[in-house]
Amino acid sequence: MTRFSEKEQRVAAFALLGFGAAAAIPLVDDGYYLSLSVNIAMYAVLCTAWTLFSGPTHYISLATAAFFGIGTYTVGLGIDSLPFPLLLAIAGIAAAILAGLVGVATLRLSGVYFVIFTLGLAELVRQVVTWLQTNFTTSVGLYVFTDMTEKHIFWMLLALAAIVYATGWLINRSRLGFAMRIIGNDETVARHVGIDVARSKVILFMVSGAFIGITGAILAPRFAYVEPPSAFNPVISFQVVIMALLGGTGRLWAPLLGVIPFTILFDRISSSFPNHTSLLIGVAFMAIVYFLPRGVIGLIEDLRKPRASKAGAVAQVPEAAE
Amino acid sequence: MTGRALLSVETVRKAFGGLVAVNDVDFTVKQSELIGLIGPNGSGKTTMMNLISGALKPTSGTIRLDGEAISGLPAHKISQRGVARTFQLVRILPSLSAVENVIAGAVFGHIRAWGDDAYREAEVLLERVGLGGRGSAPTGSMTYIDQKRLELARALASNPRLLLLDEWLAGLNPSELKIGIELIRDLREDGRTIIMVEHVMDAIRSLCDRCVVMSSGVKIADGSVHDVLNQPEVVTAYLGADDA
Repeated sequence: MTRFSEKEQRVAAFALLGFGAAAAIPLVDDGYYLSLSVNIAMYAVLCTAWTLFSGPTHYISLATAAFFGIGTYTVGLGIDSLPFPLLLAIAGIAAAILAGLVGVATLRLSGVYFVIFTLGLAELVRQVVTWLQTNFTTSVGLYVFTDMTEKHIFWMLLALAAIVYATGWLINRSRLGFAMRIIGNDETVARHVGIDVARSKVILFMVSGAFIGITGAILAPRFAYVEPPSAFNPVISFQVVIMALLGGTGRLWAPLLGVIPFTILFDRISSSFPNHTSLLIGVAFMAIVYFLPRGVIGLIEDLRKPRASKAGAVAQVPEAAE
Repeated sequence: MTGRALLSVETVRKAFGGLVAVNDVDFTVKQSELIGLIGPNGSGKTTMMNLISGALKPTSGTIRLDGEAISGLPAHKISQRGVARTFQLVRILPSLSAVENVIAGAVFGHIRAWGDDAYREAEVLLERVGLGGRGSAPTGSMTYIDQKRLELARALASNPRLLLLDEWLAGLNPSELKIGIELIRDLREDGRTIIMVEHVMDAIRSLCDRCVVMSSGVKIADGSVHDVLNQPEVVTAYLGADDA
């Protein structure tokens, strides 16, 4: 685990530079561009966390909003009594537990059944929270007052992004990551070489859910007023899928390639054409799927193929040997 | 070579709805024995293999590995206890390199190798099945026999106590068949316990210590290859009843 290949050192250097540059954004601007950066950082974490699970398993989860909302609500409920870092931890644990329960119940479902179940789950959690609040408390929403500003939120998201990437990288090097690659190839073989397929998937789903929950918790102060429709907004689930697929799910950093252009595009369209946002986003999405069926990463790989294909085949091997 | 039974199959039955694919079959496999499981198409041989490897659960009956019941355990648990298999329709992991395909067999199963050890062992196994030096080759474009070799290496990587070969020789041309038979003979000389489902009778004759014959889900013969192949029931099962 202590040896790093030259390629890994290069990637690490790039990542450090990237994070360093990003961390300096709030020092340059604390208005529009910072706000846009928060959106990008949020979707970067959400999409990468989503891809940790959905990339290797090919299960499309629409439960993002459920985990996100659980995190937001954890902060909403506890902000007056508990310190913020502890709330982040609780949010992660709560989302992981929910993911574990869902995983045990549903990962036997495959394909479209899993998609529908996760979509239903997000809606169910939202309705339960609404019901609890209307019947047992005096208001539907919760106030989250902190002295945190956009830049604090941005730095926290950046730190979380670093943790997500590090986790993803460690998983890829571990037995779990190797197991997931085998499962992605052929589940029958995976079982017959001794892999507990269901357990591996549930663990990964929990890790992914925990990060999404923590993201929701970090974003809570930005909402200031937390209510079910905003915390459990199903649009988040769909946007995460769209952006991750736009970037590509084969590599850890690939979703970022979808997040950055799509977030900027979304922002431009919604500010320039506020009345036709959905229409134009829909057109943009169809155009993207039509012209880039394998995502941005597919385009990049096609462009690099002539010189990279030989090197790629050889480079695969030492990874497994670490 | 000891005489105790490594695998015992005790009145095992598997029914798919009304169809009884395996009908109360009994047999045992001793340590270091190579037995052939033969029979006409549809006689339940592959179902039997799936029951032993845990791909299917028996409807009734018990399968024991070294005295411990394994029937009803999920496939990954059975694999961890030392049963490895190849598949009737070859199943390689196309997006993994050859050496990674082999390592896949070593990491999670009976032995739990990882890192450099697993890598070195995988290289040795590739050499052994005749794929030496091709560890980094992409596997999707390998020829059929090379994919079969790779699958065998993967099964061997876990150092299994029992190896199940499901028509491993099927689809090979005559010269490849020779190589394949030599490879299995090699494994037998190592003292590995093997059950092979096979239609290639030359292979059965030259390799197997003993044969179990199934027909329509029932065991109809069990004994030395020569005796079994001359039994009238076996001849009838393969060639049909005499019209006369």
